[in-house]
Amino acid sequence: MFREEYGRAVAVLVRRFGDIDLAEESVQDAFTVALERWPSAGLPPSPAGWIITTARHRAIDRVRREASRADRQASAAELGASGEPIEESGMPDERLRLIFTCCHPALAPAAQVALTLRLLGGLTTAEIARAFLVPEATMAQRLVRAKSKIRDARIPYRVPEPADLPARLGTALAVIYLVYNEGYLASAGTELSRDDLSAEAIRLGRLMNELMCDEPEVMGLLALMLLGESRRAARTGPAGELVPLAEQDRTLWDRALIAEGQALVRRCLARNQPGTYQIQAAIQAVHSDAPLASATDWRQILQLYDHFMAIAPGPVVAVNRAVAVAEVDGPAAALAVLDRLGLETYYLLHAIRADLLRRLGRHREAALAYSAAIARTDNAREREFLQRRRRDLE
Amino acid sequence: MQHYLLSIYQPAGDPPSPELLEPVMRKVKALVEEAKAAQVWVFNGGLHSTDSATVVRVKDGSPLTTDGPFIEGKEHIGGFMVIKVPDLDAALRWAGNLAQALTLPGYPDSLPIEVRPFRHLG
Repeated sequence: MFREEYGRAVAVLVRRFGDIDLAEESVQDAFTVALERWPSAGLPPSPAGWIITTARHRAIDRVRREASRADRQASAAELGASGEPIEESGMPDERLRLIFTCCHPALAPAAQVALTLRLLGGLTTAEIARAFLVPEATMAQRLVRAKSKIRDARIPYRVPEPADLPARLGTALAVIYLVYNEGYLASAGTELSRDDLSAEAIRLGRLMNELMCDEPEVMGLLALMLLGESRRAARTGPAGELVPLAEQDRTLWDRALIAEGQALVRRCLARNQPGTYQIQAAIQAVHSDAPLASATDWRQILQLYDHFMAIAPGPVVAVNRAVAVAEVDGPAAALAVLDRLGLETYYLLHAIRADLLRRLGRHREAALAYSAAIARTDNAREREFLQRRRRDLE
Repeated sequence: MQHYLLSIYQPAGDPPSPELLEPVMRKVKALVEEAKAAQVWVFNGGLHSTDSATVVRVKDGSPLTTDGPFIEGKEHIGGFMVIKVPDLDAALRWAGNLAQALTLPGYPDSLPIEVRPFRHLG
């Protein structure tokens, strides 16, 4: 209840008072009162409406207390309309505005992520700081600066106009996907994944999909995250070690998440407005179809990667495409593709190269490629996996 | 309404040739007319090169004048526009239009424009 209603209430109060700090503090007050009162008094008929009404009264109290003589008149106008009770059903959902404010391109990406988790997810500053492995003071400062910029530069609180929407939606989806990836595979540290971040990203993805119905890329991103999430139990072994897709016990895959993800893939592809999240989701859907790794339809995956390269060519996509080339045309063909790419700094290129060389029996070169990959990743679990592979060569 | 300063940063060195510059100046003039008609325009202008700049400060209680610019850099402010619009999104749209106008014929990239809100006026 907290995660859902926190964001909803903050969004309503920001809309009403135009002040993010005031909205946050008042909603936190309301939850504190709820924690004190609800256990003995029982749940109110509409808990969400109660939270918003209580938070709004708290906000009005704060404005009254803090108002100087000069702006008392302005706040009086706000107070005038405060009497009516709030019916939760009649409440417009303001969270979409809040998402677009938090993910405004005028804010630095790290600030977009932090604000989204703070205001829409209700995560504490300490939790966000831990998740992104920065000191709490750094994260607190990042949030204060972002909120000041929203206020001083007048970043608007609204859903972008249609002309701006595709680009702005792209930024918002990138924020959600970044949160998901940070949870899926921590970029540094010893824990392979931080489940709560992935769960929060999926929650935001579902929210976005609900609020922006029928946006194919929103559906695509949600499907991509659900299909990735379906493999969580199979992704790590008993000692927490990384298990690659080809070696996963597919009976551990979550069938309900796969079904939901695949249904979304079918729905968004039917719209015929292809985008990068949809294609990535479609690739994952093909993997999810195969009961055994050996039954994977690699031809279809290669076609999807070709399509991906046609609409959004990029080095990272090209590296991943090489994996499909190896399955369709053999490791030698894939190696030739990889070696044309350059990309010396990208760890995945070396990891994939190492695997191809191993399959070609070129063990000495494979060991060098594993070493190159190991040197380029900060994730301890991933390093262990690559070190294990390198040992197996001997 | 919020006032914003749109600063146009240009690289140090000689300006582009008059043939390249002429269509740019024409497009900027058209944009200024559009901004005036929309009651968005407050002020705009282009500056002489930084060679013409002078720095004045008070040092130990007395005015001190030195040959400037204050900061020697690879880029400097070559011109600016002040606009008044409801919010940052509107300011960014005008800045985008200005950047488009400032694109030299045949070049894919424009000069960067920094958008900053005014804290107060006058």
